[in-house]
Amino acid sequence: MQTWNSKLSKHKMRFRQGQTFFFFLLQQIGEVGILLGQTISRTFSKPWEWKNFINQLEEVGVRSLPVVSLTAAFGGLVFGLQTYVGFHRYIGPGSEAYGGPIISLGLSKELIPILVGLMISGRVGSSMAAEIGTMRITEQVDALVSLGADPVRYLVVPRTLACMVMLPCLTLYGDIIGMMGGYFYNVFAMGVNRYIYIRNTLLYMEFWDVGSGLVKAAVFGGIIATIGCWQGLKTEAGAAGVGRATTRAVVISSILVLIFNFFLSKALPADL
Amino acid sequence: MMIRTVDLYKSFGEKKVLQGVNLEVDKGETLVIIGQSGSGKSILIKHLIGLMTPDKGEIYVDDVEITGLREEDRYNIRRKFAMLFQGAALFDSLTVLQNVRFGLDRYTDYTQEKKTELARQALHRVGLRGIESLMPYELSGGMKKRVGLARAIAYEPQIILYDEPSTGIDPIRADAINDLIIQMKNDLKVTSIVITHDMVSTYKIADRIAMLYQGRIIATGSPEKIRNTDNPIIQQFITGAAEGPIVNW
Repeated sequence: MQTWNSKLSKHKMRFRQGQTFFFFLLQQIGEVGILLGQTISRTFSKPWEWKNFINQLEEVGVRSLPVVSLTAAFGGLVFGLQTYVGFHRYIGPGSEAYGGPIISLGLSKELIPILVGLMISGRVGSSMAAEIGTMRITEQVDALVSLGADPVRYLVVPRTLACMVMLPCLTLYGDIIGMMGGYFYNVFAMGVNRYIYIRNTLLYMEFWDVGSGLVKAAVFGGIIATIGCWQGLKTEAGAAGVGRATTRAVVISSILVLIFNFFLSKALPADL
Repeated sequence: MMIRTVDLYKSFGEKKVLQGVNLEVDKGETLVIIGQSGSGKSILIKHLIGLMTPDKGEIYVDDVEITGLREEDRYNIRRKFAMLFQGAALFDSLTVLQNVRFGLDRYTDYTQEKKTELARQALHRVGLRGIESLMPYELSGGMKKRVGLARAIAYEPQIILYDEPSTGIDPIRADAINDLIIQMKNDLKVTSIVITHDMVSTYKIADRIAMLYQGRIIATGSPEKIRNTDNPIIQQFITGAAEGPIVNW
């Protein structure tokens, strides 16, 4: 009887924990939803914080070029390597040059947008959470309000727009670097026929292959900025709180980038 | 009456911070609110400027009830206020001049030149010259407080809220800040609400003193009246005695 009672109370406790987690999750989604709504409404109403927007373009875009260059180059090289091995093993020697369009398609539709999303989540999302979080705990966000500035308009809108503009730009840049990496490995390192490689790539690649990757990147930009700013604005409890907000911003936005990537891949048409 | 709060309540979870605060501040007076650390003084003044919303109660500024106002109307009320934050809260990414100009940029329609001129004047008023292009991390604690004060007075507010203006700076700088608060009152005729536990500052700058204890204002009066009160709680606080009725520290 006692065992049965203790089992029942364990189940009750688990149910309560599940219930608490469910309400917690709903609350978090609600908070992000409210912030997103405020961001959208402030984006389409004056005054616009142009100076902050320009600064964020530089912060998100220009300063991310080195990390995107390295990531895309090595992503392209390794993708070129595995495609070469695949063609060589399963279709036969001499067929490797037909891997060009597969490399370009895989890079532009999936690999580069994800790599750029994850890199920017780590570099920019974390810095947004840390910067706004520090502003929060040092009362700078309160000072903004007391001096007539709306924190969402002043801090969140410029960051979100800058991410949504710059992530597609970085992805396009990464596509070029990545495709050059794949080409370099196959043509220069493995001696694949340059003419067939380029001809097939141009023949089978479509503009939408690159375009769909750019659409994904814009969505990832919105996710990274919204999560980074949300975590920053809800920071509490001093330096430890800033650390926690930063970690959470990177973890949540990285997971969301991967989840949204799948659903966007399903939702976006294969070609236009 | 410039500011009036009626039965103000605020809780954070189980913690009841304000439990029916009734406070009145006359135009042009300097009211000093004293109380233990963590007694809710900062929470109280953040309600006055609209940074927080009470769970219950009313706040009147110039006879306008502000708790139910829409954001656009709150903006117009906030224009009357300025706040000197405990840690100055200067914007890290802006220079001293940009910090001081911040309120002018948002609350006034002056030309760029006029705004810059007013910002420089505010800096001169607090005794700072030649630091316009410095970043906040290059300033000492006392200078940060003075820049924060310059930022607060630059757009000529009617009410200035001071959150522990002398905390964290040496006694000489603290006294200089006291002189500045008195100077602001005399020169600009502002209404001031000051939060502090520094009784030396309190007696120097206060027209009236109010003590916040266990979420309520337990006494208000002139510095002389507070100094001579029989209330053992107030006596313990103003004399800084460890023994007495206040035990939950």
